[in-house]
Amino acid sequence: MAQFRIAEQTTWIRRLKQKTQHGDSVFRLLTLAFAGVVIGLVVMIGLVIWNGSAEARQYVGFDFLFVDAWNPVQGREEFGALAAVYGTLMTSLIALVLAGPIGVFVGVFLAELCPLQLRTPLSFLVELLAAIPSVIYGLWGALVLGPFLLDTINKPLAERFGSSLQFLADPKPKNLLVAGIILGIMILPTIASITRDVLTVVPNHQREAMLALGATRWETIWKSVLPYSKAGIIGGVMLGLGRALGETLAATMVIGNRMAISSPVKPAQTAASLIANQLPNANSDLHGSALILVALVLFGITLLLNAIARLLVWRVSRGPAGAIH
Amino acid sequence: MKTLNMARYRRRKLVDRIMRSMTVVATLLALIPLFLILGYIVIQGASAISWHFLSTDYKVPELSLDGSASDVGGIRYAIIGTLLIAGTATLIALPIGLLAGIYLSEYGKGRFASFVRFATDVLSGSPSIIAGVVVYIVLVKTTKEKYAFYGSVALALLMIPIIVRTTEEILKLVPQTVREAAVALGVPQWKAILTVVLPAATGGILTGIMLAFARAAGETAPLIVTVFVSNSVEYNVFGSMGSLPMYIYRTLDELTSPEQYKVLWGAAFVLTALVLVVNILVRVATRRRV
Repeated sequence: MAQFRIAEQTTWIRRLKQKTQHGDSVFRLLTLAFAGVVIGLVVMIGLVIWNGSAEARQYVGFDFLFVDAWNPVQGREEFGALAAVYGTLMTSLIALVLAGPIGVFVGVFLAELCPLQLRTPLSFLVELLAAIPSVIYGLWGALVLGPFLLDTINKPLAERFGSSLQFLADPKPKNLLVAGIILGIMILPTIASITRDVLTVVPNHQREAMLALGATRWETIWKSVLPYSKAGIIGGVMLGLGRALGETLAATMVIGNRMAISSPVKPAQTAASLIANQLPNANSDLHGSALILVALVLFGITLLLNAIARLLVWRVSRGPAGAIH
Repeated sequence: MKTLNMARYRRRKLVDRIMRSMTVVATLLALIPLFLILGYIVIQGASAISWHFLSTDYKVPELSLDGSASDVGGIRYAIIGTLLIAGTATLIALPIGLLAGIYLSEYGKGRFASFVRFATDVLSGSPSIIAGVVVYIVLVKTTKEKYAFYGSVALALLMIPIIVRTTEEILKLVPQTVREAAVALGVPQWKAILTVVLPAATGGILTGIMLAFARAAGETAPLIVTVFVSNSVEYNVFGSMGSLPMYIYRTLDELTSPEQYKVLWGAAFVLTALVLVVNILVRVATRRRV
């Protein structure tokens, strides 16, 4: 009996061993499948949004982006999203103009000029800026920055120049400009940390050669380090732009949510804030579908930006043509 | 000739000094909003924090005739909701992110792997509202319900790329020799990965998961379109649920009394503290390890 049990046990072990011989291929396939899930998710997002917007695509077509009329009232539906396109582009432009140069300079400082003891804590502080939730940015923008700008800059400007320069007249606390500034603060850490990262992979002889020729530190950075990593920095700026285009909540809280092509000191709308505002209580399937169409455009643009940025950052790790290796 | 050179030299020195100080100015400028925002939250929010605030739920503000402040309640339900929604999202995102990350670091070399990496980038780069819209179409529209669970699914979409990325990067830090030693002892590769490589990287992987959790806890946009807000403590994820970001978002719209204003900053304080404490802990932990 005992012997039988041992025999049984050994065959059991042998069988297990035989089974685990395939362990490698099984485990490999398992991880491969889950990696496939990630690709599947992206495809699914694209397909779902494409299908979800079918009704609106038939009703308005893609030129709805260039029509300024938005009326979700049933029976009199008009879906032209030009105002949201305008708001998205303007806020992102303001954000990029503010955060682009500052972000690149911060990256240069952190990678090239900062004393070594300060580098880690300063990088951490800049990255902390990226960790603050967007709802907090929205809250701060709506309760602090908006009213502050209104009282100290927009109102005095409106009083002095409002009659002659129409776009400064009658400012409101929630407006395009505040949204642009908030988005700028939010994308700054993205641009700064990517710039820092691509600068640190620039090989040192690139700098040494320049310094040996008698160049100053700045000339070294400007003529030898920055050109080497130009593509990567542009990639970082594009990723920042992608974030600004798609940032939803902070924009929704400070932009005022009015579907209008307005001056920078008046309420406006971005594509993302339009969706967040109207999708939860869409009037009809068509209205929902039109909002999903806006989401489709947004997804398409960020996909494109990511692809280009990715290619650019890849090129950097290989170095530009003609660089010394 | 010589004076000309001296003038040029001086100009170059000047440009150098100006541009270098510009980078310092830019860094200081970048940090101003950080300190302003954190300062506001601490100064306005810390005074609102009390045991009453953390342990009671929402109360409909009452209009009192003498204009005295009425009790607007606390945010216990929102804290619990945030933890539950983000926790459920972590449970969904974890297996996918972890296994895909293992694939990328241990097997990922070919074209398929670069597709996976690109897909990860797309997921992390796409606007958070997109995740909400997808879940809205697939789950909310078909079931005509807005459960907290749906919000977790949307948040999981945003967490997956973070977990994949950190898992891949941390596993790549484990020296190749460790894998070779294990395989040389006769352990099959899958066992080597599970029993030798993964344990060596546990700390780092946990870090990534915590960062993803913090990101999900602070994210609001997908919840707007996928979850009905409840004003009381809920433990069932297949039901409506409140959360801190949604509380802040909605209270800002219907701000009426100074009491609410105070509570609003208090909620902001709790949310920011939750997210930043996780980030700082992660930073401290990784510094000790590397």
